Amino acid sequence: MADKIKIALAQLAPKLGDVKANLELHLETIGKAQSQGADLVVFPELSLTGYLLKDMVPEVALRRDSPAMQKILKASENIAVIFGLAEEDPAYVYYNSACFADGGKIVYIHRKVFLPTYGMFDEGRFFGEGTKLAAFNTRFGRFGLLICEEAWHSFCPYLLMLDGAILVANIANGTARGLEEKSRMGSSAIWEKMNRFYSDLHGFFWIFVNRVGFEDGVGFWGGSEIIDPAGQLEVKLPYFEEDLKTTEISMGKVRRARLKTPLLRDEKLDFAINELLRIRGGNHPDSPAKKPLQAAVAKRRKVKR
Amino acid sequence: MNVNLSIDPAFVAEVLVDFLKREAGKFSFSRGVIGLSGGLDSTVSAYLAAQAYGPENVLGILMPYKTSSPSSITDAEEVVKKTGIRSLKVEITPLVDAFFAQVPEADRVRRGNVMARCRMIVLFDQSYKEKALVIGTSTKSELMLGYGTWYGDMASSINPLGDLYKTQERQLAAFLGVPEKILQKAPSADLWTGQSVEGELGFSYEEADPILYLLVDERWWAEEIIEAGLPAEIVKRIEKIVAASQFKRALPIIAKLSRRTVGIDFQLSRDWSR
Repeated sequence: MADKIKIALAQLAPKLGDVKANLELHLETIGKAQSQGADLVVFPELSLTGYLLKDMVPEVALRRDSPAMQKILKASENIAVIFGLAEEDPAYVYYNSACFADGGKIVYIHRKVFLPTYGMFDEGRFFGEGTKLAAFNTRFGRFGLLICEEAWHSFCPYLLMLDGAILVANIANGTARGLEEKSRMGSSAIWEKMNRFYSDLHGFFWIFVNRVGFEDGVGFWGGSEIIDPAGQLEVKLPYFEEDLKTTEISMGKVRRARLKTPLLRDEKLDFAINELLRIRGGNHPDSPAKKPLQAAVAKRRKVKR
Repeated sequence: MNVNLSIDPAFVAEVLVDFLKREAGKFSFSRGVIGLSGGLDSTVSAYLAAQAYGPENVLGILMPYKTSSPSSITDAEEVVKKTGIRSLKVEITPLVDAFFAQVPEADRVRRGNVMARCRMIVLFDQSYKEKALVIGTSTKSELMLGYGTWYGDMASSINPLGDLYKTQERQLAAFLGVPEKILQKAPSADLWTGQSVEGELGFSYEEADPILYLLVDERWWAEEIIEAGLPAEIVKRIEKIVAASQFKRALPIIAKLSRRTVGIDFQLSRDWSR
């Protein structure tokens, strides 16, 4: 496991639906990151395809053995790469996926579990839901991948901590919304709060990479950053502009943060599981989920009478 | 109840300039045409476009009708001078008068709509010649209230102002340094002498914007807004106007017959056409 890691944040603006152009952009950026001495380069969510794909999903989706995948894997021979793709599985279900590639191979692919389908978002219409959220081993230490919306469900970072992650990358297509803030978007403010809060609370490095550019009037605000395990900023990229920046982080910070506040050590896994089962309404007599159901049945009977 | 609609105008201006550049650039456009009325909306759009594309790549078109207020022309000329954009004057009087020679009985609303649509024809004709995009000037206040002529002044290719309320646009305008008298001018479509937004709608943008913001952005019920102390009669009227003008914010309705229909389940971003 490495003690120092040089991480390049690749804040770029993919072209919607143009995998060929985006692949070129990736290869070029990977080359630049290597010349900056980076060990790992991180791209945003759906970086090979762009975001508002809608009916284009099946046209741009890649399989694990697609030529475009092979090219990007080849580029990962001497540098680890995290990138986003629309993934087609052999049964023709499509996923919004994040791939960790290293040594010329796929180390791990995470399929987005939480697909926002509300307000301006419609991902659930065009993608299938992933069913697994796990940390995995890398040469940098145990790693977790999250895709955008998953950070809004607080138990996702929590699960990755329990699963041993000491580095988490959230790759995002964060949309610019809300005018209530000064010098930043309203949506940036809450993301920046979450990035600091999660890393501080879980004692891991939090790598947030957001894209820039516009799609159909929707702006993506950039502002990628790395937050250390004490919730402190390591590096910040500008809002709304393309940038590529490499920063060295020191993994000793994880140990020090976790010694100072041993929250992981004190987690109560069985307690959490029992409470979740109770809330879900498994076999537990106290389940609140059971009560409304019983009440509804009783009410219906009453009406019938 | 105090609704805060204040913005950081420097930041918003930066975002909108980036938007104009990038969205046009994707379709290989780097020029714009704007109908300049001497009013606030077209002035703000012109300032933003001049920053995005460079003044030499923006053509401001003055399109007076014989009854247009003379200050509309002089104010528009001042905008041209201040921003350094190119300009062109196209009188629409012969077009409009030729049209109404055949329908002399048309009332002022019909006449106003035809004027707005004649201006649209001039703008789109010039945009073809200039290889430029028609830059829109409708604010969110106007779009929500449907206060504009459908396929007239509401027609454009790219609109930097459509998600800003009028009161927010004023903050942006002040930051951009638009001439004070344009900033102070009572909003008017200037389609007939003495026309004003307040006169036609019965309320001002200062009154409408907080109500629209709560209804549209914050999704309050009308009753909740009234309970919070905003004027009941205006709240109820605005709620009705917003719903009644929905057609102006939508594509034409298409009868679904096939399995994949334009506007229904042929779902693609505009960027797809690139």
